[in-house]
Amino acid sequence: MAERAEPAPARTGWPLLPVLRRMAAMPLKDPFAFAGVLIYLLFALVALFAAELAPLDPMEILFTKAGKLAANVPPGAEFPLGTTNLGRDIYAQLIYGTRSALAVGLSAAIIVATVGTIVGLVAGYFGGTTDAVLMRIADMALSLPFLPFVIVLTGFLGASTSNIVLAVALLLWPNSARVIRSQVLTLRERAYVEAARVTGASAWRILFVHIAPNILPLSFVYAAIAIGWAIITEASVSFLGFGDSGSVSWGMMLQDAFASQALSRGQYAWFVPPGICIVLVVVAGFFISRGYEEVFMPRLRGR
Amino acid sequence: MAALVELRDVVKHFPVTRSLGEIARGAHPAVRALDGVTFDVGDGDAVAIVGESGCGKTTLGRLMLKLVEPTGGAINFGGAPMAGLTGERLRDFRRQAQLVFQNPFDALNPRFTIYRAVVEPLINAGIDKAEHADRVEGAFRRVHLADFDRYFDRYPHQLSGGQLQRVVMARALVLGPRFLVADEPVSMLDVSVRAGILALLREVRETMGLTAVYISHDLALVRYLCERTLVMYLGRVVEDAATEEIVRRPRHPYTRALVAAVPVPDPDQSRQPLPIKGNVPDAREPPSGCSFRDRCPHAMPRCAAETPLLRPTADGRRVACHLD
Amino acid sequence: MILEVDNLQIHYSTRDGTARAVDGASFVVPEGRIVGLVGESGCGKTTAVRAIMGVLAENGRQAGGRIVFKGQAMDEATTRRLRWRDIAYVPQSAMSSLDPVYTVGSQLIEVLTKRGGFSRTTARARSVELFDLVGLNERRLADYPHQFSGGMRQRAAIAMALALEPSLLLADEPVTALDVIVQRQILDVLRSLQQRLKVSMVLVTHDISVVAYLCDEVVVMYAGQVVESGPVREVLARPRHPYTMGLRNAFPDLLSDALELVPIGGSPPDLREPLSGCRFVPRCPFAQPACSLDAAMSGDGVHQSACRRDGEADTLRTAALDPRTWQRSSSFAMS
Repeated sequence: MAERAEPAPARTGWPLLPVLRRMAAMPLKDPFAFAGVLIYLLFALVALFAAELAPLDPMEILFTKAGKLAANVPPGAEFPLGTTNLGRDIYAQLIYGTRSALAVGLSAAIIVATVGTIVGLVAGYFGGTTDAVLMRIADMALSLPFLPFVIVLTGFLGASTSNIVLAVALLLWPNSARVIRSQVLTLRERAYVEAARVTGASAWRILFVHIAPNILPLSFVYAAIAIGWAIITEASVSFLGFGDSGSVSWGMMLQDAFASQALSRGQYAWFVPPGICIVLVVVAGFFISRGYEEVFMPRLRGR
Repeated sequence: MAALVELRDVVKHFPVTRSLGEIARGAHPAVRALDGVTFDVGDGDAVAIVGESGCGKTTLGRLMLKLVEPTGGAINFGGAPMAGLTGERLRDFRRQAQLVFQNPFDALNPRFTIYRAVVEPLINAGIDKAEHADRVEGAFRRVHLADFDRYFDRYPHQLSGGQLQRVVMARALVLGPRFLVADEPVSMLDVSVRAGILALLREVRETMGLTAVYISHDLALVRYLCERTLVMYLGRVVEDAATEEIVRRPRHPYTRALVAAVPVPDPDQSRQPLPIKGNVPDAREPPSGCSFRDRCPHAMPRCAAETPLLRPTADGRRVACHLD
Repeated sequence: MILEVDNLQIHYSTRDGTARAVDGASFVVPEGRIVGLVGESGCGKTTAVRAIMGVLAENGRQAGGRIVFKGQAMDEATTRRLRWRDIAYVPQSAMSSLDPVYTVGSQLIEVLTKRGGFSRTTARARSVELFDLVGLNERRLADYPHQFSGGMRQRAAIAMALALEPSLLLADEPVTALDVIVQRQILDVLRSLQQRLKVSMVLVTHDISVVAYLCDEVVVMYAGQVVESGPVREVLARPRHPYTMGLRNAFPDLLSDALELVPIGGSPPDLREPLSGCRFVPRCPFAQPACSLDAAMSGDGVHQSACRRDGEADTLRTAALDPRTWQRSSSFAMS
């Protein structure tokens, strides 16, 4: 009789780990998603080392050596992107704006993904009244107009970044919840789920061991989408003047530039860079979400 | 011998979404998947439930495993009603009653390794971890998966249909159940592989003293599995007899048509027209009285007025037909 | 011979290499006869039929051999012209290939007018005839596919295939998904069609009972090759190839007295690997070292077998009836 080695941990492991590994490896297979990840990485690094990259305080009003306000200084050696009409370093604002963007994007993504997934799982698996109630709440959230709601909420609760994130999350979770729920409805009928019931698994066990790993890629899809939405919403809200005036963000930069008529002065260096950054981050999020969509629903690759 | 599973007038209706008109009328249309089924399965017996799609056999299998609840009637397991089973007693039941699935490719979670799939019932039942390896090995041995060490770390997509079905059986047997329901266990397997799985089902039943219910649409196959067969049509049992009797001397007109319709590998087989008319009626509105009467070549006025009951006949079978 | 398939080779290019789904298959279809193409999953029967019809998947191509229809060798261009007109195909999923948003009648008329060039009036009359041929009530022409049962949809699919009076009908597992009573009705329809219209047919199936019921000739395929062919009576009563012998044992017979089904151990080979010699060797209880060299078809003209030990067929057949013979091959990878 051959020796029986202890079964390797992988044998009794939660299937979640291979799933997570596969999702982490996804960008390696999809060039667009890879580009998206690179962009995120780049921005993350910028956000992390903002102090090193931009020695000047973005909110500090600067003066020329002559003592005059360093307003609307064109891009040059001292100020790579020039200054605002109030004498603030645009480059520093751009760099520090990264932090705000990423914070908003990531927190919204995490909330949306978590809430959406949990609601989708519970509604889809348990059905009945739970499902009905949750989905009606989702319907109500879906029927709210996006930007006006965000503005109204920040109006009530105060114009802080976290309130904007809250508003975005409140509006975005139903999308992922609905899609995940319908996926759960399908998975619930699969033979191996039935097998789990027959062998005595509890409902929660089935949900987290059998069903959740199969819908996780969907959560990631919606998380990636949420990042883009959140950043754009924050930018829009700031642009409209309802944003957090205390912190620096790309949207705020756009608002400032607009309000001081930067376009008519041809001060492109003020508003074009933040615009491009917003586009880049959102597109990166889109590419990544597209990559996860492939993980979730692989298309047949013919020859 | 005491009956292990007892069914008494079991009814299962699946409600159907109602149109406005039906809501207004207060009508509750439903698909009557099971319409009053009564029979016993003795301890250690092997019974086949045979019928075409829509007859309710799959629903019956699910009911016997408490995967769905009946709308009416009662099911007993080991003398105790299944209706009240909760908590620890339910877990106990789940340890004793298992299912072998139709589609081996879908019956295993594709993300689990084979070992993980077979060990799952042990985890669910709270069996001590120290026993896991031995129990799993024992189960694999029972299903004759040679060199099971090779299979433990593999994934379902790496195995053939026949091997997968053996794994499914190993999983069903790892807890040492008393009662096994096999729902079309070989219909999705290649022909040359079926015989092996059928032989395994027989062998396992004998060595473990299982009570087995085989659900199948293939009358030719059930002959190899069990001595007793129930024929179902539109949610009712129409004939209950020894398998050989069903095949050689079918009594109920539906059974006669069913037996006549099965092709055999003999080029000189009979090609007579079947003693049956028309198509299967809508399950939502079966004919009154005997649900088979609109297709039966011997229908009488009585068949529309009165539903025939499943009654014992002189030769030890039960038939639900007014002709008897 | 209305159809001759000669040393056909169909390759699929997949992510893991080239799969030789059909690797040198040859068979013929005599005019006016029903030929059963029988084998298990992966043997190449569906691929062969799709190649004849010219509807291979995108990654499939004919890598060798010839298909000769009515004496004319077929290539891409000719196949397309003849499709539907002279050769008709009822695919495996025919029941779900009806467009759900159009009535069945209108789909039938469309085939007749667009591809057959009939006028609408003639087409309408013809649809009634076709429905009658397959045993469907003409009032059902106005129904939608979802109002049809599975068996009725299959009949409708057959009617559509016959719309332009093809000389050859290719049917891929036409009754597999149907209940046994409906199955019998469809098989009877096919037989009556053959008698009334003199259509030649190729019926792909995994069920030799169906072949015994309906077909005149049978072609047994295994791992992309033809292993035995001949009249149904001959092949079923006196099989010459061990695979057919094994298959015979593995099929339940409702009316026989034997209560034993004998499995064939092992599984079919991976067609992406290069294979030589007889493909059945790993599972064959009669295999000899020489069998690993190529085995060509041999036999007395009509009944052919690709077994090197064809001369000893009678002895082997007797041995094959004993279940113990097949246990030897079970020592190979269990399946």
